[in-house]
Amino acid sequence: MMRLPLFEFRMPRTGEEVARILDGEGSNAMVLAGGTDLLPNMKRRQQVPRTLISLRHVEGLSGAQLDHGSARLGPCLTLTEIARDARFRNGCSALSQAASLVATPHIRNVATLGGNICLDTRCAYYDQNYEWRKAINFCKKKDGEICWVATGSPKCMAVSSTDTAPALIALGASVRLRSRSEERDIPLADLYNNDGMNYLTRRPNEILTEIRLGSLHGWKSTYWKLRRRGSFDFPVLSVAAAVRLSKGGVVEEARIVLGAVASRPLVATEAAKFLVGRPLDRESIEQAGTLTAKLAKPLDNTDFDMSWRKKVAAEFVNYALRELRGDDMRAQRLEVTRYLPDVNAD
Amino acid sequence: MANNQDLPKRASRSSKAAGEDLRVIGSSRQRVDVRGKVTGQTIYADDISLPRMAYCKILRSPHPHAVIRNIDVSRAQAHPGVYLVLTGKDLPIEYGILPVSQDETALCVDRVRHVGDPVAAVIAREELTAFEALDLIDVEYEILPTISDPEEALATPEPRLHDYGEEGNIHKRVSFEFGDVDKGFAEADEILEDLFFYQGSTHLAMEQHASVAIKDREGKLTLWTSTQVPHYLHRSLAKVLELPAGHIRVIATPNGGGFGGKSDPLNHEIIVCKAALLLGRPVKISLTREEVFYCHRGRHPVLMKFKVGVKKDGTIKALDLQTLIDGGGYGSFGVASTFYTGALQTTAYHVERFKFRACRTFTNKPPCGPKRGHGTPQPRFGQEVQMDKIAERLGIDPAELRLRTAVKPNELTANFLQLGTVGLEQCIRRVVDMSGWKDKFRKLPEGRGVGLACSCYLTGAGLSIYWNKMPHSGIQLKLDRSGGVTLQAGTTEIGQGSDDVLAAIVAEILGLQTVDIRVYSGDTDLGPVDLGSYSSRVTLMAGNAAVQAAERAKAMLAEAVAEKLQVPKERLRFADNAVFDTAAPEKRVTFPEAVCLGESRFGTIGTVGSYWPPKMPAAQYKGGGVGTSPTYTYSAAVAEVEVNPATGWIRVVKIWNTHDLGRALNPTIALGQVEGSIYMGLGEALMEEQEFRRLPKKLSHALVHKFPSILEYKSPTSLDMPEIFTEFVEGPDPRGPFGAKEVGQGPLLPIMPAVANAVYDAVGVRIDEVPITPEKILKALAEKRAGREPRYGPTHFPEISWPEALRVPPPWEGGDGRAINETPKERKPRVEKEAVLKP
Amino acid sequence: MTQTRLPAESEKTAHIRIALNGEEVDVSFAPYKTLLEILREDLGHTGTKHGCELGECGACAVILDGEPVLSCLVLALECDGRNVITIEGLASNGELHPIQEAFANLGGSQCGYCTPGMILTAKALLDRTPHPSHDQIREALSGNLCRCTGYLQIFDSVEAAIAQISERKRTGELK
Repeated sequence: MMRLPLFEFRMPRTGEEVARILDGEGSNAMVLAGGTDLLPNMKRRQQVPRTLISLRHVEGLSGAQLDHGSARLGPCLTLTEIARDARFRNGCSALSQAASLVATPHIRNVATLGGNICLDTRCAYYDQNYEWRKAINFCKKKDGEICWVATGSPKCMAVSSTDTAPALIALGASVRLRSRSEERDIPLADLYNNDGMNYLTRRPNEILTEIRLGSLHGWKSTYWKLRRRGSFDFPVLSVAAAVRLSKGGVVEEARIVLGAVASRPLVATEAAKFLVGRPLDRESIEQAGTLTAKLAKPLDNTDFDMSWRKKVAAEFVNYALRELRGDDMRAQRLEVTRYLPDVNAD
Repeated sequence: MANNQDLPKRASRSSKAAGEDLRVIGSSRQRVDVRGKVTGQTIYADDISLPRMAYCKILRSPHPHAVIRNIDVSRAQAHPGVYLVLTGKDLPIEYGILPVSQDETALCVDRVRHVGDPVAAVIAREELTAFEALDLIDVEYEILPTISDPEEALATPEPRLHDYGEEGNIHKRVSFEFGDVDKGFAEADEILEDLFFYQGSTHLAMEQHASVAIKDREGKLTLWTSTQVPHYLHRSLAKVLELPAGHIRVIATPNGGGFGGKSDPLNHEIIVCKAALLLGRPVKISLTREEVFYCHRGRHPVLMKFKVGVKKDGTIKALDLQTLIDGGGYGSFGVASTFYTGALQTTAYHVERFKFRACRTFTNKPPCGPKRGHGTPQPRFGQEVQMDKIAERLGIDPAELRLRTAVKPNELTANFLQLGTVGLEQCIRRVVDMSGWKDKFRKLPEGRGVGLACSCYLTGAGLSIYWNKMPHSGIQLKLDRSGGVTLQAGTTEIGQGSDDVLAAIVAEILGLQTVDIRVYSGDTDLGPVDLGSYSSRVTLMAGNAAVQAAERAKAMLAEAVAEKLQVPKERLRFADNAVFDTAAPEKRVTFPEAVCLGESRFGTIGTVGSYWPPKMPAAQYKGGGVGTSPTYTYSAAVAEVEVNPATGWIRVVKIWNTHDLGRALNPTIALGQVEGSIYMGLGEALMEEQEFRRLPKKLSHALVHKFPSILEYKSPTSLDMPEIFTEFVEGPDPRGPFGAKEVGQGPLLPIMPAVANAVYDAVGVRIDEVPITPEKILKALAEKRAGREPRYGPTHFPEISWPEALRVPPPWEGGDGRAINETPKERKPRVEKEAVLKP
Repeated sequence: MTQTRLPAESEKTAHIRIALNGEEVDVSFAPYKTLLEILREDLGHTGTKHGCELGECGACAVILDGEPVLSCLVLALECDGRNVITIEGLASNGELHPIQEAFANLGGSQCGYCTPGMILTAKALLDRTPHPSHDQIREALSGNLCRCTGYLQIFDSVEAAIAQISERKRTGELK
């Protein structure tokens, strides 16, 4: 059996206390929310924090407040809570879909939104037991020198594998980070670096305290996830898209985000810009797909062949935009997810 | 008992012919071991915990191939909480499942052959302590060149992984010719040559291996372990530990799934025994999932070259098959597996002349061995896809082609395998009807297709893995005055339902219910020897032994009851927990009364039953024992798939399956075996891969399992299963208990080729290898669009220097089962040495 | 052979109280342990199985505060005061729960190793959604791998249990 390493355990009650501990411990401490990402990493000795800070009893990190203008989500909302909450089905259905497609029902029952946003980047050379990593003399991300995905690479190429972040970025989300001395709000897109090791711009002494969504009036959004099986698997490609359409069906605003093909979610600015002022017809959808897929640089460190993942990217953008146009995409959903995701509805 | 109206309609629920008065056999019912499983009371090996128990962790090689120069355990030994550190010198005696491949040591002595090979073991008070102490063991390695696949093995004779085997890094080569195939090809109207590759896969039983050993109060050794083969393990322990076998007790705990992955004696089992003997306290090991991947013994990756010559009507004039097998670092069952990559190519379709050459190589990866279907799914895949190609070439419907060429009952095949009942024709006809084949084949819209394939499998290997004349199965029954019946067997319950099958047979014969039978299985102290839960042998072999033991007990009771009731014993019927006169049913005694009468008459009632497979005199040539079986089962399957031409994405929508199992002893369990086989077949068809990765050679010598985790080794989930429709084709086989044949492995075999053939029907591309993934389909579609061969698969088969073939004329050419170029003098001793071979 | 080993005093530095199958229990344990480890090693509840310890298989599922979760991914330290239901807590007064009964009758359990996690997951589903659709059952069980059955007899079992539960609730046998 695999055992956790020893650690010091803290159970603070307030965000302030968390910030204080983080301030003292820095990167030696890690916060424990759902634990579904951190605990396996600890068992495999990928992450060996000296101190674990449980968020279980910290006030004010759960719950969701939705006014007609905006929404404030607690980072400790579980993915199940999001997937089940009917309030997330309209403008922010991308979030609802993304949350409902993470891992398995059991994991979603404890995994949190904040945890998924901060999910450690993943890699075939990194998400392995200690013994396995010893057999490759470790890798750049942990205990080693070389990034085995691209041996000449100066940086780590581990993959951003969060489902909810692409969806939230497409929805224009921002996050609030709190340290002992300050509180700052940044667009969620700015939380990420395209670097598998330093993939978050969060400072070691900061805690994510809130996720904010602006007005989603008039927006439609969707999330498509590619993975081998109907559950368990992390995305190997995902597309989140959101559009605001005029009454005549012309795109007034659009956001397209690619997940799991780089060390961060990739915002397809050019494709989104291209769509503005055009109807979602076949040509514009295809062009947006081509422009978006150009960004994808999948590498050989996840499931599936990397060149195939790139080929499929345009097709997935196509699915997403057709769905936003109002096409009935249930057959394609069924093909990809093996069930129609509204089964999560209460 | 199940409420019949609740039962689903996917398969027949009762397996009794009209007029048969069977009370237990053939009815769906709760299996005898199920209550423990649904309440959590079943004790698997890892659930055992004993006072003063210590934990063992194993240090494994981080190198794929190296010489061990030195091991210094002093720092680990001095670590607080550590009781003992073992290394190879503590367990130097070699063992292995096959007598011809005694090539493993429990801890590597001077050489490691794959990442994960065990090098040292730490036994400590806490598992965490043992794990931490592993890092304190200093091992000096001298790195050796590595071999990652069979072609590399052929090209790299030195350094050899082992100093035995054929030559270089070739472990085993076999070569046979049953009739002159060149003559057959000359008579053929069409000749097809196809290359196929079948990727390796692993069992992935949900239970990770675990073992607990103690030196008991008499100073003897007891081992509880998740093994499918307590008897073979018992023999290996006696050899390696140099103890009298009679002083060792192996208890196979109920296995949380086996599928062949627990049918070798494994190093960790020996290590905990040694540690328990040295420490005088219980020692436990519970492998991590990664370590289970290193135990492996799973499906061999096989490259195949099929050349077939057929007449216009489909008659198979000649088949020439070559296989190249990736064995991994050790022998395991590999010699048997090598034979199995060809032995059953004659048992489904009538092949007039057959040439078969196979070569297994050593590579620096965990050893391959037997997984459900042992060695036969790979060539079955090739043959069934090739049949689809033949049908197209000849313009014959694939079902019709198979009906025309199907073997007949009791046929003696070209390689002298004696078939029994054969339900293949009925299987094909029924699956064609059920699936609506005729309305679908080549008629569905682009992107949707159907494919058909068939298969044949053994019902138990005809030979034991070591040469002996003793029974393959034994059963012991004890009847006591209370009416209690205790059944003792050496079989292992691995989830397949063997305890239930044995209880049902005894219950039926003695007129009881299964709940009245207490089953003690898998314990070498309590039960007579059974060779193990492998090769689909238990129902037929242990089942027949149970029939014999129960009939003997019944005869004793009948005699005593007849005397008491004053009726002829032939008129007595055992049913409903009573024994009564069929002419006057009111003349009866209860079953406990019958036992008391028997005991009064004969003394303590205990009977035994034994089973030997029928003598198989046909195949006299060396190696002819492989593939022999008391009887064979047949399956046919149709798969319906959807393929997205833009992405290559594939979804299996429906599977129809028919299986000729003789008789379903418990239809609920039989259906579960069929559906479980289909499930595992779908995994292999679509996603499962035991894959390895070599790092850039100029930077690293690493050769590692790509993803030794249950997350990245893709096993289908509940959402990935298609609808399945199953029908049993029943026709009791006189060689089986109550007519039963196997059901646990055969239904897996047609799934992979059925899916491949369905992909071709859907989008017109051939995927000549498994798994069949979207990437491969998309590549083949690109070939098709470019006007090239619409195919994805291997493109060459390397030159192999084959030994001269043993030439055995088939029965219809006057052959007597002997090789015409084999001298009896050199044959005799080698036959015994290699009297191996089982799945 | 199911005696629970008593760990040395030095290991037991953490202490919690949980409601285990309706009964308040106190447990002392080594603080690095997960809920899975304390159930199996410190509380003698070996009905909860493990197949990977990394959240990748579902064998260790238990019901924690009403929801099915993976006990291998929950720190025992975070369970103080919480409600845990394991497979040992399903049968009452020696009578199998209808889900257990259905699994036993309909081939829902072969090797049995995924069974406790599977049954508890099904129970949590039926507690929340008494009449789930076939797709809802497939989805709810999609975090529990089974290598024996191919799942179909498990679906049969859950579907058969639905009717049984309604019936037993109607007659007051089941609360």
